[in-house]
Amino acid sequence: MDLSGLFSYFVFFLVIVSVYGLLSLGLNIQWGYTKLFNIGIAGFFAVGAYTSAILTTPPAMDRVGGFNMPFLPALVIAVLLSGFIAFLIGIPTLKLKEDYLAIATIGIAETIRLFFNNEAWLANGVRGVSGIPRPFQHYITFNYNLFYLLLMVVFVIGVYLAIEKALKSPWGRVLKAIGEDETVTQAMGKNIIRYKMESLVLGSMIMGMAGSLYAHFIQFISPEVFVPMSATFLVWVMLIAGGSGSNKGALLGALVIWGLWSLTDLITNVVPVDYAVKAGAFRVIAIAIFLEVILLVRPQGILGEKSVMKAAKKQEQE
Amino acid sequence: MALEMNVEMKNSDDLLKVEGICKSFGKMLAVNQCSLEVSKGTITALIGPNGAGKTTLFNLISGFHKPDTGKVFLKGDRIDGLRPDKIFHKGLIRTFQISRELEKMTLLENLMLVPGQQEGEIIWNAWFRPWRVRAQEKQVKERALETLRFVELFHLKDEYAGNLSTGQKRLLEIARTMMADPEIVLLDEPGAGVNPTLMNKLIGYIHQLNGRGITFLIVEHNMELVMTICDPIIVMNAGSILTQGTPPQIRNDERVINAYLGD
Repeated sequence: MDLSGLFSYFVFFLVIVSVYGLLSLGLNIQWGYTKLFNIGIAGFFAVGAYTSAILTTPPAMDRVGGFNMPFLPALVIAVLLSGFIAFLIGIPTLKLKEDYLAIATIGIAETIRLFFNNEAWLANGVRGVSGIPRPFQHYITFNYNLFYLLLMVVFVIGVYLAIEKALKSPWGRVLKAIGEDETVTQAMGKNIIRYKMESLVLGSMIMGMAGSLYAHFIQFISPEVFVPMSATFLVWVMLIAGGSGSNKGALLGALVIWGLWSLTDLITNVVPVDYAVKAGAFRVIAIAIFLEVILLVRPQGILGEKSVMKAAKKQEQE
Repeated sequence: MALEMNVEMKNSDDLLKVEGICKSFGKMLAVNQCSLEVSKGTITALIGPNGAGKTTLFNLISGFHKPDTGKVFLKGDRIDGLRPDKIFHKGLIRTFQISRELEKMTLLENLMLVPGQQEGEIIWNAWFRPWRVRAQEKQVKERALETLRFVELFHLKDEYAGNLSTGQKRLLEIARTMMADPEIVLLDEPGAGVNPTLMNKLIGYIHQLNGRGITFLIVEHNMELVMTICDPIIVMNAGSILTQGTPPQIRNDERVINAYLGD
């Protein structure tokens, strides 16, 4: 690979890291602070991606839409729809113990994926939606991927600053308290269902945003993109490895884990064809081993919460 | 006899009133037809053997359990069936049998969480009205620091609550109740695991807060604490109210001696 090829790969790599960074930030609000066990990230990611795809593509004979809508309004609708679905999931589940939210979210995420997979009239089924327009393409005279990376950086920084502001405020303090002990937080007069709902909806909106931005970058989506392994569990690994409860950790986790994931992809590409399937499994094992090592060496994650670090230190001293 | 006592002690100053409350868990009747009143300004004790139903009664009053039958009134308003956070905003705060501090939050954060109606607890305000949030945060912080000074935990303000000793956790609970500006505080075994020196401190704080007009309902097994600061004393046994009266009356009541105090 020559230097320009390497540069293009690096830009592409960073765009995907940014998408995962957004997913990880959304999960950090839900799990890192509020301890909401959302294992249906893929569902919100898919809703964001498909909403944008259906709204912004030109009319098609074999599926709903498209509506030729501009990028930004479609992005807003994708974000709001992801939040609305989170709201609907939250109504029956947030009053129950966290296991129910986990079951509901993974169930809904798989239902969404299979729905898009089987209902071809909606989004072309397994063949997916192609030709998703690239935003502002006509105005860009230089490397488009580089422009998109800058656009992603703007979104990531914007989301990061907004949620840092919220999480460092009394609102974030309540979320943190709920994550620690719901009963005490309720005894202190906080309407925990309201805050848990806000956390679930806000986090899911960010996941929907990631989906929309992913779709506009790759220009093609199909149900295969939203399988739990790459669109849910990898995000969990990113957050846990980076440091649950830390937004910087969430972003760093996305960079490190996607780096490792991509590196293992490069390795599996050079093994003989006979071993290709086994090599695919090796990627998952490599990520699992890395996570194990992180959890053994730094249980709080690379940039984990200070208080956890302190508690761990105290245990060591004892 | 218990019924007579209830009638005798009925007072127009009743802040908290429980009427014929029942609660079962499966086939076990944990609280059976309990009625009691807590008058404004008193430090009322709720005592009884383990399993008498005292903590369940606390949970019923504070909204953590819904009663099967019966009513609970706070300042004349019915509160049974309300969520705990709504009951909190009506002026009732409770502590737990085992201290439940928010251990990964500092003492300061533990206290700053408590006041209700904080501007910054609405996410919109955190983003779009930061100056108002900052101004209120400053006031809340000053009050939290003042409260920590009162309970002599100021030097630990930035310490994580999980690192406190059992006694210090009890003091933190008292501090939290102070931050809530409550009318009535339900303390569940505040003296459990507390050394005599700290116990005296606790008694002093409860007295001082009572002097400021806060009413207390205390579940406690430490009879020294109960007999020193509580009047009246309500005795529960097997899910029901056995009797109630002044400390001398309770100390000499045969039924209480047999069921709980012993010889």
